[in-house]
Amino acid sequence: MNIVVLVKQVPDTGAERTLSEADHTLDRESADPVLDEINERAAEEALTLKETVGADVTVVSMGPDSALDAVRKVLAMGADRGIHISDDRLRGADVVTTARVLAAAVRTVDDVDLVLAGDATTDGQAGAVPAAVADLLRLPPLTHARELTVDAGRVRVERETESGETTLDAPLPALVSVTEKINEPRYPSFKGIMAAKKKPVRTVGLDDLFPDADTAGHLVTRTRVVEAVPRPARAAGIRVTDDGSAGRRLAEYLIAQKLV
Amino acid sequence: MPDVLVLVDHDGERVHKSTYELLRAARRLGDPAAVVVGTPGTAARLRDALARHGARRVYAAESTEADEFLGTPAVDALERAVLDLAAEAASPAAVLVSATTAGTEVAGRLAARLDAGLLIDAVDLDPSGVATQIVFGGSCTVRSQVTHGIPVIALRPGSFEPEEHPVEAAELQLTLPPVDPAASARVTARRAAVAGDRPELTEAAVVVSGGRGVGGADGFKVVEELADALGGAVGASRAAVDAGYYPHRYQVGQTGKSVSPQLYIALGISGAIQHLAGMQTSRTIVAVNKDPEAPVLDLADYGVVGDLFAVAPRLTREVAARRSTG
Amino acid sequence: MSGTPLKDPLDLLDIASVLSEEEREIQATVARFLTDRVRPHIGEWFETAHFARELAPELGKLGVLGMHLDGYGCAGTNAVSYGLACMELEAADSGLRSFVSVQGSLSMFSIWKWGSEEQKLQWLPRLAAGEAIGCFGLTEPDFGSNPSGMRTRAVRDGGDWILNGSKMWITNGGIADVATVWAQTEDGVRGFLVPRGTPGFTTQDIKQKMSLRASVTSELYFDDVRLPDAARLPLAQGLRGPLSCLNEARFGILFGAVGAARDSIQAALDYADSRVQFDKPISAFQLTQKKLADMSVSLGGAALLALHLGRLKDQDRIRPEQISVGKLNNVREAIAIARECRTILGANGISLEYSPLRHANNLESVLTYEGTGEMHTLVVGQALTGYPAFR
Repeated sequence: MNIVVLVKQVPDTGAERTLSEADHTLDRESADPVLDEINERAAEEALTLKETVGADVTVVSMGPDSALDAVRKVLAMGADRGIHISDDRLRGADVVTTARVLAAAVRTVDDVDLVLAGDATTDGQAGAVPAAVADLLRLPPLTHARELTVDAGRVRVERETESGETTLDAPLPALVSVTEKINEPRYPSFKGIMAAKKKPVRTVGLDDLFPDADTAGHLVTRTRVVEAVPRPARAAGIRVTDDGSAGRRLAEYLIAQKLV
Repeated sequence: MPDVLVLVDHDGERVHKSTYELLRAARRLGDPAAVVVGTPGTAARLRDALARHGARRVYAAESTEADEFLGTPAVDALERAVLDLAAEAASPAAVLVSATTAGTEVAGRLAARLDAGLLIDAVDLDPSGVATQIVFGGSCTVRSQVTHGIPVIALRPGSFEPEEHPVEAAELQLTLPPVDPAASARVTARRAAVAGDRPELTEAAVVVSGGRGVGGADGFKVVEELADALGGAVGASRAAVDAGYYPHRYQVGQTGKSVSPQLYIALGISGAIQHLAGMQTSRTIVAVNKDPEAPVLDLADYGVVGDLFAVAPRLTREVAARRSTG
Repeated sequence: MSGTPLKDPLDLLDIASVLSEEEREIQATVARFLTDRVRPHIGEWFETAHFARELAPELGKLGVLGMHLDGYGCAGTNAVSYGLACMELEAADSGLRSFVSVQGSLSMFSIWKWGSEEQKLQWLPRLAAGEAIGCFGLTEPDFGSNPSGMRTRAVRDGGDWILNGSKMWITNGGIADVATVWAQTEDGVRGFLVPRGTPGFTTQDIKQKMSLRASVTSELYFDDVRLPDAARLPLAQGLRGPLSCLNEARFGILFGAVGAARDSIQAALDYADSRVQFDKPISAFQLTQKKLADMSVSLGGAALLALHLGRLKDQDRIRPEQISVGKLNNVREAIAIARECRTILGANGISLEYSPLRHANNLESVLTYEGTGEMHTLVVGQALTGYPAFR
């Protein structure tokens, strides 16, 4: 079968993230980019299928030149080929553009049976991207899977969200996004790291993916940041001594902070 | 006033509280129009409750298979409603959904279909359509607006207080296209969230941790109960793990896991350097400790000097009570 | 007053920038594996003298075991990559690095370099996968720096060999599936592969160690052990056989020591920044800064030396006395750094919660094994003057 894995590179979550002064996009220069761990789990699922039922795995990543590292990383884990979507015009792309571009990249791969993605990336709250990609490709969206079974041309997942668990079933081709519970991703082996250099990676831009669009027609974002302000540093907090009411008062505090 | 489409969260019988929050937010932008996606008869059952919270129109997007497919009927219904209104030259001011997992996905799919701007996890919304989001683990507040297409906005549940605003609601039928089974995920079984199945420590929005002050493995029950009430993960300090109160894989700190949740509650943890290193980037830190000198209290946004076995169970009850009214 | 420290104070000289992408990735992969699988437990393993044998197949899967060898299931990386892996392993714990060094550079290398094709096919794939563990017996209770005096002896008995003697301070000895054992024969020192369970071959683990507690160190006993001639490493004759293996292992050590030093400095930097005395972090005091600066200068030099020797090795131009320079300098500097870091940690420094004293204790072994500092000094002395001064 043919599997496409969508991976996204994000700044290291350990590092402090900032918004660029100039245009309020995420300042990707200020932190070390790393492969989002959830993507590695998506890749792991693809590679497990490669080992069990046989698959050709294409990894797709959109982002600046350093996103190529994310592609290489998954190639080192064992994927077969890569597509790196790189275009300066995509800086600050919104969910819709990201989904359209990823969908267009998937369309360049022949006879795709399964698209795999992480269920959310740690930047940009863009948990909506996989579902949007599926919608644009008219694929069944089997999102938030903590278990995935492919059998006889169908895919079944156990979906887990805050509202409970559901079993989803659909015919292939389909899109599956995975949660952090689905597996433990493998480490790339040294042989894999060395072999990754020799695997084909195609770099494409907007003009390759949308040859018919006129150059002014690429809408990158449909939203605009009006204002971005850092939240104040941790101030000296509230301190109470329990007189029997602290539990209730603490609950009120959490409610006021919209934490409950 | 333009219509503001609101996707109704419901269980077939009752409207969820998050929908009332959406209706209140919608009133800032225009006339709320509630879209009920469900099996035939659902909209009629929900109509009065929706009208009581300000819905001037209730769209019934009903079919026998509406519950059988994940998201697709809701996306189809909202798309249909937007296109119908646009055809009457009465495009809606916005589409509002709850920023739940399912709602966020519906929003993304709809925005992709409509080529429309999408704002996810908004915590506030002003009459001009500017939405407030809190990003980067709470370190930044961003205000954004949609510049292209019908704004699709997913509001974080709990961001608005529901408010009754009784109006007359007109019920309209919205014809759902048949679901394409080759492009949809069929729901073949449902199970409610299993109690005790907690989120991953490093991924959880809420972490409740216990330290040596918990006093023993049995004492961790109060930690777990508070975590479950908050839908959070359980953590433990090195001291608690070393003392055998809780398994090592839950250890938070320099030699354990680093966490950065929205809310970190430290129960009976003094706050050794190596523990603080693993949690001090949490957005909000709450600490309960008997010792007023405990270093963790210097770091806490809300510190309680007191007995965790008095404070935590009370907090658990208060949170559970609030959740059940939701 | 506070400023922004360097993003990566542990690579003050930006040595990472002269590594290839592949070398950096291999290093990063090992580091990540260790962060996940070793660092959370290493203090406890050291305290309880536990070797986590289950790590062997995991290290095998990564490709760490015999990684710089070609074929037979080995990864076939360059020497610098092997060194960088050792650096990360020793940054976690010298005991783990010792396991890997012995497996790859002593056990596997001895078979790879001096073994028959049958021996290679029998052992190397399993050793590379971590399914089997190897050890290397050269040192004896009475012969450390002077292996030519070894008493272990193999004598012909028809087509077989009869092996008698004992070996001391053998890393992995008690858990090894196969031992490379060096013995005197009529025609000089010869190597033999002795599988675990061979009648007359027994081992005794050495307890009550204050160093390398997270690895197994054993004594090997050979009591009329009968071996077929097929157990002999056919290509090794004389001390050149075992000494060539030691040069391989020393190469890993001179990188590894840099890792232990770096990890110690990291602990000291972190601690100094969070430890407040007299109302400011102790990292803001001049005496602490002098310690940190001196150690970082020394660390940078050691890392550059290691990398330079790695490049020479990859060009097949490295000479034994150069390896001696590396081992002598880097282990000496590393142990000094680890001890100095302990002082920055104050009383906390004696706790296993922090790594420097564990590293310092481990490095006591590293200072001595694979050629003591004294012997390496004399190797360099001989290279400079032409006069051997060993005896």
